[in-house]
Amino acid sequence: MSSQAPVVKRRIGDLVFSNLAIGSGVAILVILAAVAIFLFAESVPAFLSEQDAAPDGFFAYVAPFLFGTVLASIIALLIATPLAIGIALYISHFAPRRLSQALGYSIDLLAAIPSVVYGLWGMLVLAPFLNPSYLWLNENFGWIPFFEGPVSATGRTMMTVGIVLAIMILPIMAALIREIFLQTPRLHEEAALALGATRWEVIKMAVLPFGKAGIISSAMLGLGRALGETMAVALVLSGSGVITFALLTSTNPNTIAANIALQFPESSGTYTSLLIATGLVLFAITMAINMLARWVISRRSEFSGAN
Amino acid sequence: MYEKSFPFVHLQDNPCLGGRVNLVSVNPTSYERYYMSRLIKLAAIAGASALVLSGCAGAANEETATESTLSGTISGSGASSMGSGQEAWIAEFQIANPNVTINYDPSGSGAGREAFTAGGVVFAGTDSYWKDEELALEFAACAPGTKPWEFPVWISPIAVIFNLEGVDSLNLDAATVAGIFAGEITMWNDDAITSQNPDLDLPELSITAVHRSDDSGTTKNFTNYLEKTAEAIWTAGTIETWPTEYGGEGAKGTSGVVDAVTAGNGTIGYADASKAGDLGTVAIKVGDGYVSFSAEAASKVIEASSLVEGRESYDLAYKIARDTTESGVYPIVLVSYLTGCNEYLDAEVATLVKAYASYIISEQGQATAASAGGTAPISASLREKAQAIIDAIK
Repeated sequence: MSSQAPVVKRRIGDLVFSNLAIGSGVAILVILAAVAIFLFAESVPAFLSEQDAAPDGFFAYVAPFLFGTVLASIIALLIATPLAIGIALYISHFAPRRLSQALGYSIDLLAAIPSVVYGLWGMLVLAPFLNPSYLWLNENFGWIPFFEGPVSATGRTMMTVGIVLAIMILPIMAALIREIFLQTPRLHEEAALALGATRWEVIKMAVLPFGKAGIISSAMLGLGRALGETMAVALVLSGSGVITFALLTSTNPNTIAANIALQFPESSGTYTSLLIATGLVLFAITMAINMLARWVISRRSEFSGAN
Repeated sequence: MYEKSFPFVHLQDNPCLGGRVNLVSVNPTSYERYYMSRLIKLAAIAGASALVLSGCAGAANEETATESTLSGTISGSGASSMGSGQEAWIAEFQIANPNVTINYDPSGSGAGREAFTAGGVVFAGTDSYWKDEELALEFAACAPGTKPWEFPVWISPIAVIFNLEGVDSLNLDAATVAGIFAGEITMWNDDAITSQNPDLDLPELSITAVHRSDDSGTTKNFTNYLEKTAEAIWTAGTIETWPTEYGGEGAKGTSGVVDAVTAGNGTIGYADASKAGDLGTVAIKVGDGYVSFSAEAASKVIEASSLVEGRESYDLAYKIARDTTESGVYPIVLVSYLTGCNEYLDAEVATLVKAYASYIISEQGQATAASAGGTAPISASLREKAQAIIDAIK
């Protein structure tokens, strides 16, 4: 071994690679900034113009759509999270090896279906199929505000949208959570088994605590997709500009993304700016939720057992 | 192993090229074969067959080329409602005139009129006629100081469709239709409905009124009909976006409305008549009788309507007589106009526009539109007036 410092040779490969990596990192910021600038610049006329596109003011216009966006996403998340955890647990800890592989593939397949197909399926198949159960819910649990009547005749309701969105975000959540569960340290699991734990107790004591941060972050990823989903909602939901918690009626709050998709083609002037301004609101909300998720994960990571 | 199968293209006695053609005479060496992946071969074959196809189409075109001396390119834009009609018209017109290229961008009526004013396109399609303030502008594609002509070319009936078990046809007057869509009449056995349909046994079932959730010219024309005929009940005026307080169910696009009406029981909606399918349709009360939609009944509405006052003779802007009482007229129609310059800056463009517009209003052109979009043909007298306008184009 020589005591001299090694001669640093800058090879072409190193140079190219480091520049490519830096370029990619910068590109993300540039693209994000470009989108944000576009949204800001294009939405300004909606606030400055004398010709008022929204007679009751911008926030009165956007509030129902914001409400609808959040409501649909929350329903989707409430349905998808337990299902995704169950699927991930089954694949990672219960299913025979061969079956678990096949299941993994079929979940990836679900993720590859375009959202317009989910929309058509939701509108033409799922909505009529679910409608009888909505009638039953309304008859028996109509006193709960969520299940208030009059029930839609077609099933194209907020509830159906929530279920379609749940199915759409399920694959990515299940796949992520499965990966996290598979990374549970073998020693933790074996230690639990050695202490006489049943399989359920192993999962409760070793797998779930280890995966908690991962579950939250995958839920947030799913939420991000649900918030921005456009085509499926536009096709399935019978939406308008109302704020209501009733999930089974024909009158539902539309989501921001679906509203833009529906109104943009025939819009002009300040109305276009107004729609883009609602897009800006969605952009801000999505960013806030992602930041919240990061914060939750960073706070949890010290207890997760990952270290 | 590919020696025999490559190249695949041996065209012998090809009917459209009229003889033996060897398009690909590649005889690859074993070295080349080794490096030629399957994919490249596929691409080569696809390319060769594309050559064959285009060669064939070109040959077919040349046969008809003898009749037409027109050549050049013109572009238009505007109403998406007549988009399917423009596609069909362009296809037929270009077959008859192979050296002509016509483009139509279905970007929307307002965008089309703006593009025409700015000189970006030389003709436009629009669901609503020129507004007075728009006509006061300068038109960049036209000779300085000249104004555009316009006349209806696309008359599309809007059917009120419903899905009610065992009922195929329903008689309703304008006030009842307005009441249903405004959310005031909520049950199928409401007196307003049963009194007009004494022969039907209407169920005690709630009505789900389906409207377009996207802005559309169909909604605009439908609500214009309600405003003109039942103003006391329909107070929202002529609108493109459905008012929230009227409730009902929203669905995306014509097909979305038809699907929603089909899927539910006790649903009612409005859609292009050509898309109504097997659904029941409402006969609208006009005068003393009830009129179902039909091509003839829809084209009669133009005859029953009067021209907008104060317009030039080349401006056939119609005030649609929604409240007509003439029997056999179906008043819920969407009328789209074609518009262009009376005097173009470029004589060649004028020649092409004249030829294309004449074709659109011809019986053949209107029949093409009817099969493409289920429209009603324009009447002979309207054709005569429009042709006179076209003949005067310079």
